[in-house]
Amino acid sequence: MRKLALNDEILLKIEKPARYIGNEVNSVMKEKEGIDIRFAMCFPDVYEIGMSHLGIQILYDMFNQWEDVWCERVYSPWIDLDKIMREEKIPLFALESQEPVRDFDFLGITLQYEMCYTNVLQVLDLAGIPLKAEERLADEPIVIGGGPCAYNPEPLAEFFDMFYIGEGETSYRQLLDLYKENRADGGSRRDFLEKAAQIEGIYVPSLYDVTYNEDKTLASFTPNHPRAPRTVKKQMVQKLTDTYYPQKPVVPFIKVTQDRVVLEIQRGCIRGCRFCQAGMLYRPTREREVERLKEYAYQMLKNTGHEEISLSSLSSSDYSSLKELVTFLIEEFRGKGINISLPSLRIDAFSLDVMEQVQDVRKSSLTFAPEAGSQRLRNVINKGLTQEDILEGAGQAFEGGWNKVKLYFMLGLPTETEEDMVAIPELAEKIAERYYEIPKGQRNGKCQITTSTSFFIPKPFTPFQWAGMYSNEEYISRAAIVKHAFHKQLNRKSLKYHWHDAEITVLEGVFARGDRRCGKVIEEAYRLGCLYDAWTEVFDNEKWMKAFENTGIDIAFYNERERSISELLPWDFIDIGVTKEFLIREWEKAKKGEITENCREKCSGCGAAKFGGGVCIESKG
Amino acid sequence: MKARVKFRKYGVMRFIGHLDVMRYFQKVMRRGDIPIAFTGGYSPHMIMSFAQPLGVGVTSDGEYFDIELTEPIASKRAIAQMNAVMAEGIDIVGFVEIPEDKKYSGMTITAAAEYKAVLLESGKSFDAVRRIPKKWREQAEQFLAQDEILVLKATKRSEKEVDIKPMIYDMQVTDEDVRLFLAAGSENNLKPNLVMEAFLDFMGDAAEEYPLHFHRKDVYARNQEFSEDSREAHVKGAGLVSLESLGKEIV
Repeated sequence: MRKLALNDEILLKIEKPARYIGNEVNSVMKEKEGIDIRFAMCFPDVYEIGMSHLGIQILYDMFNQWEDVWCERVYSPWIDLDKIMREEKIPLFALESQEPVRDFDFLGITLQYEMCYTNVLQVLDLAGIPLKAEERLADEPIVIGGGPCAYNPEPLAEFFDMFYIGEGETSYRQLLDLYKENRADGGSRRDFLEKAAQIEGIYVPSLYDVTYNEDKTLASFTPNHPRAPRTVKKQMVQKLTDTYYPQKPVVPFIKVTQDRVVLEIQRGCIRGCRFCQAGMLYRPTREREVERLKEYAYQMLKNTGHEEISLSSLSSSDYSSLKELVTFLIEEFRGKGINISLPSLRIDAFSLDVMEQVQDVRKSSLTFAPEAGSQRLRNVINKGLTQEDILEGAGQAFEGGWNKVKLYFMLGLPTETEEDMVAIPELAEKIAERYYEIPKGQRNGKCQITTSTSFFIPKPFTPFQWAGMYSNEEYISRAAIVKHAFHKQLNRKSLKYHWHDAEITVLEGVFARGDRRCGKVIEEAYRLGCLYDAWTEVFDNEKWMKAFENTGIDIAFYNERERSISELLPWDFIDIGVTKEFLIREWEKAKKGEITENCREKCSGCGAAKFGGGVCIESKG
Repeated sequence: MKARVKFRKYGVMRFIGHLDVMRYFQKVMRRGDIPIAFTGGYSPHMIMSFAQPLGVGVTSDGEYFDIELTEPIASKRAIAQMNAVMAEGIDIVGFVEIPEDKKYSGMTITAAAEYKAVLLESGKSFDAVRRIPKKWREQAEQFLAQDEILVLKATKRSEKEVDIKPMIYDMQVTDEDVRLFLAAGSENNLKPNLVMEAFLDFMGDAAEEYPLHFHRKDVYARNQEFSEDSREAHVKGAGLVSLESLGKEIV
């Protein structure tokens, strides 16, 4: 029996001890003796969130297929245990072996959202690893970052030894072999970093120098070592069908956020919404073959015993064999008590028919994400969803017995006017009116239209990467305009409105487009006690504001100005395939309210075709 | 057909709470290909009911749940199929058919549970055990000879004073452990830690100085052949029989 890192007294005192004991079905145990590389894979948030992430499951499975590697999981200890570990000086441990992370060869940290950055420091700190990469010793793990936020790694540059830019399936084997070779040759930590910088997709921040202009903008970003490349190329899997996929995912004991089998049907998105980072980063769109997916669905349900299966993709309706796959899932598993969940489907006759088969119409709701209230603004963001589409889809659904609709919008989009804001409640009102067109005897009571708005945050590698954001006060006043307009609608009793927090938006904005200097704020906020910033019950904006004040970092500089297209951006050294020229073209079209066709309608020459895969060859072939 | 499953819970699995054990077994049914029946409707669920929740930290040799089967499956095969897909720390040890009759099935029949409490060197680990002090053996008799044993029992809303003496069916103190045979189930339910707290209090000892680990040995049902006021109504093997013994092997 394994010895646990935490004693009984602690485990019986803390919330959900099952977060820390490992031992789950399908978790991988190996004999340490035969292992060359110990890899700790970390999602810097609580277990239930981290365990729900597909990317880590894929990499965990891939690493553990290699005989010389043992990959284990690490999550952020929740605040109750965090406090105990500090008081009793218990080092952070990995779930499988229960051994200290500090003794591992690698600590990989996935960066899925900016608000986990203080948790990254917590993980390093609890593990007993120096926060700054330059202070780390020979026997300490190589700390490597990945995931979407690694596409602008600069705010975290000094905390990481390296970043892996792109999809993990392609270059890790090469990196691990290099690590073994360097160790066998007696090479130093620095030797390894210098050699690793030559592997495509690996960015070693210490091998680059940054200078700034008097106006605080970036002046230069240059390698300080001959082996470090000027641009770092995004890594991408060409044939998605043939890459790794975990057929025996770990089955948690406690209920986690994504407590089901997840079938990734495709990567990337053909749509080209101008606010969407994932839509640009994961180009070109690549599909997994439907026959293979059917086999995976069967195997994964059998190996986990989960009672639900869900499809994962940015836009499931665009998957070319969707009908075949969904019909298969319903016919094969519905009778066995398996729930089928289909997120991100466009509402049309097909999806309504499918939804009617897999869920209770009276309890479920329809979801639309128009993102902007007016057609003008939807053209600006290139969201190809019209009011007619929405009313048509909602109308069909209402006739079929549905009476709940959820609507998602963003406030603070580029060029937004008061007219655009007021168009949000007006659209909700039109949907309600469409519902009440159905004669009283035939409809299902009152309808409930729930509208949520978040505030738009410009992200790197999108056409809006140059756009300005607003202050906290301005966001709140925009939400107030919308709220006020909701009260004026005829069917206001059927309409509900929620808006997201503005304080977190402002911080996320700074770190999404921040540079190396922003690392100071993160470190200071962490020193002041900030942690789990994505959790509203823990988030403390006052401490964050104090951290900005103490470090002299100016929020307005990062958020509120519109950047010029000639400005050197902190992430310009990364090549994602999509070119800057394309993004500039899109930014200019956006300002004129011109739309761009999706990848299947017409190639817009974004640059991703150079990878020679996915939709880029499909449309030309 | 109804079946009763008996399992052991030990090792790190003692930190998995009751609700999560239920969820765990729903997945075991699927992984192990057990022909379990479902309820109807839009969200069908497995027909499965658990006997007696086990507290977090407590280990057990005798935990139970009943299931409805759509077709018969041999006991040996069912046990092997489930054990092949189990996490370390839970083992299936029994799988028997139980009569359809309501008085044997469902978990309303649970009437008693047998526990073992061991004294630990420290609350930090349940592995290092120390001997039971001589005094405990001497005082147990006097403890049980009291007219009533009043303890504060916390309910959902308030605390009230309860006499637990009638719920203690047997208590024996040896060099190694304290054996407790206590009322359990929906009518009367007595947790072993409450008895030990009362016992330590009776002896004038502070509970913090005597960290204990509890282990459930088995869960019992009333034997219909003994009337409720029979002298042997609360005797193990007579008026009370193990839940497993009410079923028979499926071959």
